[in-house]
Order: sequence, then structure tokens, then C-alpha cells
Amino acid sequence: MSDLLKTPLYEQHQNLGARIVDFGGWALPVNYSSQVEEHNAVRNNAGVFDVSHMTVSDITGSDTLPFLSKLLANDIYKVSSLPGKALYSCMLNESGGVIDDLIVYYLTDEYCRVVTNAATNQKDMAWLAKQAASFSNVSVTEKSDLALIAIQGPKALDIIQTKFSDDIASSTKNLNRFQGTFTENSADNIFIGRTGYTGEDGVEIILPANKAEQIWQQCIDNNIQPCGLGARDTLRLEAGMALYGADLDEEHTPIESGLSWSVALNDKNKIPRDFIGATALASNSRYKMIGLILEGKGVLRGHQKLLNNSEEVGEITSGTFSPTLQKSIAIARIRSNCELSIDSTLHVQIRKNQVEARIVKYPFI
Amino acid sequence: MTITYYTKDHEWLIIDNDIATLGITDHAQEALGEIVYVEAPEIGTACQKGEPIAVVESVKAASDIYAPLDGEVIAVNTDLEDSPELVNESPESDGWFIKIRLAAPLDASGYMNKEQYLESITD
Repeated sequence: MSDLLKTPLYEQHQNLGARIVDFGGWALPVNYSSQVEEHNAVRNNAGVFDVSHMTVSDITGSDTLPFLSKLLANDIYKVSSLPGKALYSCMLNESGGVIDDLIVYYLTDEYCRVVTNAATNQKDMAWLAKQAASFSNVSVTEKSDLALIAIQGPKALDIIQTKFSDDIASSTKNLNRFQGTFTENSADNIFIGRTGYTGEDGVEIILPANKAEQIWQQCIDNNIQPCGLGARDTLRLEAGMALYGADLDEEHTPIESGLSWSVALNDKNKIPRDFIGATALASNSRYKMIGLILEGKGVLRGHQKLLNNSEEVGEITSGTFSPTLQKSIAIARIRSNCELSIDSTLHVQIRKNQVEARIVKYPFI
Repeated sequence: MTITYYTKDHEWLIIDNDIATLGITDHAQEALGEIVYVEAPEIGTACQKGEPIAVVESVKAASDIYAPLDGEVIAVNTDLEDSPELVNESPESDGWFIKIRLAAPLDASGYMNKEQYLESITD
């Protein structure tokens, strides 16, 4: 563990008795006590996650919007009249494969904030730098002195607004879903986004590393359940949210990964947009995504093969046991020409057994 | 007279004459977290020391259970089919997995007693 990267909250995790694992080179908590209790706390009350391993970059300069418009499969101009508004998008290579998925907050025409994944940090930053070089007036600055704390759950906002310091509490009062803002005292450099990765309402707070402990402790003191990566994964999968490296990769387009809703081929005037990978998306998709609920015994997991009348039609990209449904669920990628409809069944190869699973729409909750 | 042995794979086995009862340790169940499924072998399955003989699935992940000795599976804990949580609640008693008839008299070297095992997990 000694050579792993540590977040500003590493000591807090140790003090709470967390089970720490190597997650893409970071020492992060997988669970503190019961993973299912952590999961249920977020569904029913509130939980807090340390997601400081994620990468925050500020995009600045007069070419910020043209740059992001070229870079992203979703259209930054959808949010460019709405200060603070967040946009989910994939960043594609020339063949339409997904380099990473991200959230971008539009702040001004000359300033957007992007949050990308941790495990993809090096290739993301290299790609951003390479693409930015084609624009005369845009800078990409990775912010490495920050912490990220996600507070999620149906009671999260209520607790923040009644128990947290005035500037944080008041900043969340007029915050719409999928919108972010700096708190009033700009010297604090605290940014709050009403976003998350659990399917619940809540916020993600981006703040200077030296202020992380105080906010974390405030959560613990107000009975917000500390949650690890284990619960984060079951929560996001129930919510049908893609995980980079499992459901998304450079070998598949966002359309082949169930994310066509996040691809804007045309702008608001119905004119085709010129973004990296757009040409490749014009060809037919080879795959589509489905949701699965296991009918037989076992647990669905990534890479298990799917069989339709003993013909292999695809594989699971993410699977788990759903604490909310008390059943095993999965997201799977199948050939796009496979004629399987919602509620039809197929078989999953789980080790030496073929177990029946039903195709469902997802999100699962 | 029965003797309980422990393995480096975090399994325990109770030897009663030529029958071994097998399960996972309290330490193992705690590391795995909430157990939601146990895939047991069929009765009559031959098992070979060091080879996977069962699978335990927690919310977190699937883990192989290794046969600690050569023999034949003569019983499986059918209570785990509907109540896999027994492995969490009572790992070293009601949460047992399988019973194996030993192919040869037990060679006790290579196993640990409880004290040695508990010491091995404090490192």
C-alpha cells in the first residue's frame, strides 16, 4: 500500500477502520463496515464518499467552447447559456471509441470545469493537451491540490442545509439538479455540483485538500454514513450508470455502450456537428446494451457470456447482486442484430452452468 | 475426538475419522462481506487438494473455495441454498460448506491450528 497514491482523507478512512484496496493506483476504502448497510444508507438517508482520486481540470480561454465542442460527443452549446449547468459526455477517439466519460460544468464562455476518471488520468491529460494544441486560445489546467467529497441520498440536501456552515448550506438552496456553483466566498475555492453517481439526489463538493477533513468530519458528526467503492458500484449499477473500463472502452462507441442519449450528432439547428469521432458514429452500430435480471441461482458478473438458444450473442459488462432488489442484475452488450425483446429470456454461462436471465429495461430502480 | 485445522486459504476443516467438514473462517467471511450465494459441488464429486471445489459469492466478488485434501464430496450444506447469510452469521459452525471423505489418512503437516492461524492473519 505504501507506493499507492493517497487522498487527503486517507487518515480518516484508516481511523474509521476501512478496508483499503488498490483502485487504479489509489489507496481507497472499499467498505467501512457492511457494504449493504452503506448502500441502503444512500438509498434511504445519506452517505458520503471520498472521490478525491477523480481528476478535476479547468478549461479556460476564449476558445473554451469551440474546443469542448470539438472534443465532446455531447454538445456543450446545450448548456452554454446556463451558468453552472452540467453536461455528461463521452470523449471519443477518431474511431468513435470512448477515451473517457466525464462531467463538464459550464461556468462562462471562457471557463468550464471538467471531472474525469482516475484510472484514465494520464491518457486523458495527454489527449486534452494534444487537442488543445489546435486551438490558439485555450488552456487545460489539471487541479491536483483538490479533494472531492460526494454526499448522496434522499436526505443529503436537507442535512447540508440545516447542519452545514452557512456558505455551503446557502449555495445548495438555489441549486438545480445537474448544476454547480462556487460558494459565495470565492476565496474559499469551494465548488458544489448537484450531481452524483448513485441515482440519488445529492452533491459533489470540490474543495481545497486542506479543507477536506473538516467537511468529512461534519458528515460523520451528522450521521451521514461513510461509504466505500463497494457501495458506490452497487449503487451506480442499480441506477444504470456506466463504469469506464467495464461498460465503456476504446473498442466501442458510446452508442454501442448504451449512451446514445449523450451523443449529439447535430446542433440545435439540426446541422451536423464536427466533433472527434463523429464520422465513425455514422456507420452502423455492431452492438447494443441490455439490462438483465437473473432468474436462476448465482450472481451475474462482468465477462460472463450470454447464450440465446445456445448461440453466443454477447457478454455482461457489469454485474452484481442488487441490495435494493435482492436479485442479481447486470448490464450486458449483445450484437445489435440479435432479436431479443424486453422480458424475453436468455442464458448466462456462470462457470459450468447455464442460468436463465430476463432482459429488462434499466435503470433497475 | 475431532480436531480443527486451518489453511492459508482461510478455510477450516474438522476431521472426524475419515470425514472432513469444510468451511471458511470468520476472518474470511468478514473480508468477503455479505455473502449472497454459495455454489456447492454435487455429492460424489471427486476433489483434489488445491483445486477449486466450490464458489462463494459476496456482493463484492466471487471467490473460489479450494479443496484442502484429496477425497470425495459426501454432503453439502443445503441450508446455504436459501440462507447463504449463514456463512456470515456462523462461519465456523452452521455455515459449513461440504463434507469430504478422505482418500487417504490425513497428513496434518501443512495445516495450522487455531492459534497459528490467528497469528498468521495478524501480520
